Amino acid sequence: MSGQTLAERILSDTLGRPMRAGDIAIVPVDLAYVQDGTGPLTFRQMELMGLRKAANPGRTIAFIDHASPAPRKELATDQVYLREFSREYGIVLSDVGGGVCHQVAFESFVRPGDVVVGADSHTVMGGAMAAFATGMGSTDVAVAIGLGKTWLRVPETTRFEVDGAFPKRVYSKDLILKVLGDIGSDGATYKAMEWSGPAIEAMPMSERMVLTNMAVEAGAKCGLIASDSETARYLGSVGREADWTPLAADPDASYGGVRDIDVSAVEPMIARPPQEDNVVPVTDPSVLGLRVDEVYLGSCTNARFEDIAVFCGILKGNEVAKGTRLFVTPASRDVWDKCLRAGLFNVLLDAGAVINSPGCGACPGVHGGIPGDGEVVLSTTNRNYTGRMGNPNASVYLASPATAAVAAIYGEVVDPRDVP
Amino acid sequence: MGRAWKFGDNVSTDQIAAGRYYHLRSNLPELAKHVLEDARTEFASGVKPGDFIVGGRNFGKGSSREHAVIIIKMVGTRAILAKSFARIFYRNCINNGLPAIVVDTDRIDEGDDLDVVLDRGLVSDGTKRVELSFPPFPAVVARLLAEGGLVEFIKRHGDLPTTSRGVA
Repeated sequence: MSGQTLAERILSDTLGRPMRAGDIAIVPVDLAYVQDGTGPLTFRQMELMGLRKAANPGRTIAFIDHASPAPRKELATDQVYLREFSREYGIVLSDVGGGVCHQVAFESFVRPGDVVVGADSHTVMGGAMAAFATGMGSTDVAVAIGLGKTWLRVPETTRFEVDGAFPKRVYSKDLILKVLGDIGSDGATYKAMEWSGPAIEAMPMSERMVLTNMAVEAGAKCGLIASDSETARYLGSVGREADWTPLAADPDASYGGVRDIDVSAVEPMIARPPQEDNVVPVTDPSVLGLRVDEVYLGSCTNARFEDIAVFCGILKGNEVAKGTRLFVTPASRDVWDKCLRAGLFNVLLDAGAVINSPGCGACPGVHGGIPGDGEVVLSTTNRNYTGRMGNPNASVYLASPATAAVAAIYGEVVDPRDVP
Repeated sequence: MGRAWKFGDNVSTDQIAAGRYYHLRSNLPELAKHVLEDARTEFASGVKPGDFIVGGRNFGKGSSREHAVIIIKMVGTRAILAKSFARIFYRNCINNGLPAIVVDTDRIDEGDDLDVVLDRGLVSDGTKRVELSFPPFPAVVARLLAEGGLVEFIKRHGDLPTTSRGVA
């Protein structure tokens, strides 16, 4: 019998019996969370179902991040309900300004080997910690909170074996956009995407998180990376050394497919509207020189300290182009704090940026930088669907923080490799 | 019988329940007035109870927002037919007792009269006088659908559908 993929390994360890792709099982949940867009429905469903307590309140979190702070009375009132419910059930509350659920969960809660369900599709980001982390709807998460378990089918796994060194100004965002362009926005539906190889082993956690974050953009149930020495370093950096355990797929695991990627051949990439798999290199005539009205540096995908540091490294000493707006939304309070201490906010403010409080900001189109009719946004976020950033008559292009930084300086799409 | 409302590939939950109506998520009857607005503006005002949504590939991709499924059901949609579904959306359909049926939708045209017989795995197109078959639902899915969704199931049984063999 062949060895196990990372997904099979985590679920087998959780259940104490061997699990194989295709098996359907009821699985205990180690961490469950909701956010302010999905949480009110989750909690109302719990009340409807008569689930009067959380099975594991200390490992259940309500995040207020999507409308943070609330731009409308209806949303502020939803948040009143989330706070009251959290207090009554004794579950953890991450209130306004704490940051995006996936980032804060990653910093403070997700552990290698955990089964994580979140009422938000980008819950998959937790897979960079070798956790089986997946997004579900409000009702599924309501049951997971109330009963401490969920049902799921063990996914088949596609392995992405990545070798080579990243060229100058090419990042994991460019790699995932390239992969999305290759396999399409349903190229991994129901599957796990497991990332391995020398380029992944050498990759810092902040960059790994981009790969697993956007697994859902290929339709995947989870994105996974082994827990290794970099995982240990990361956990140490957030004061959670004790949470580290090594975890990897077996060398003889059986995969549904393997894709080899030489990252030294990857270029800076841009996803054009209306979806994330409509990808071209930055040098493509359809994007190079495109005028940009708004540059948006934010979201669970690319608004960590390291992203903002790359952005500021390029922006420093420049001003944002006349006629272009720059909005920056750090992913969490911890990110905000690091940026402040490192002097990055001075670089941004000197350049003319607007800095928003930590949270999801304009990415889901609720507030904090919604574009006007006919405007073009270059964004470090994860989705560019029609209406995604709040206006169906605007166009959203997705790119790395480096490509976004040069667009802020020049007011148009420029190849970041051509800029000092 | 109900009429077919055809949609293309990759209809996202952002197109079904747009972010600019985020403040209506706790006011579902109001949100339902904007259902699928960014995919077909005329759908919300034209859909009748018993009608069918007929999509292409990867229907319901993107965000986990279950409100998207709830408002599709609220306006009376009988079932969603598509070549394939995004996984979170698919689970949300089943959890709300809304059949999500995988079938070759190229053979159905806008405005066709449709009917569905779930337990026989058949979609009938009265306009074209053809029947399209679809594979049976997995046991757990069939059970949840038969009981009206996950909320109803938990209210009745207090637990997830299990047997000695595991699930359902």
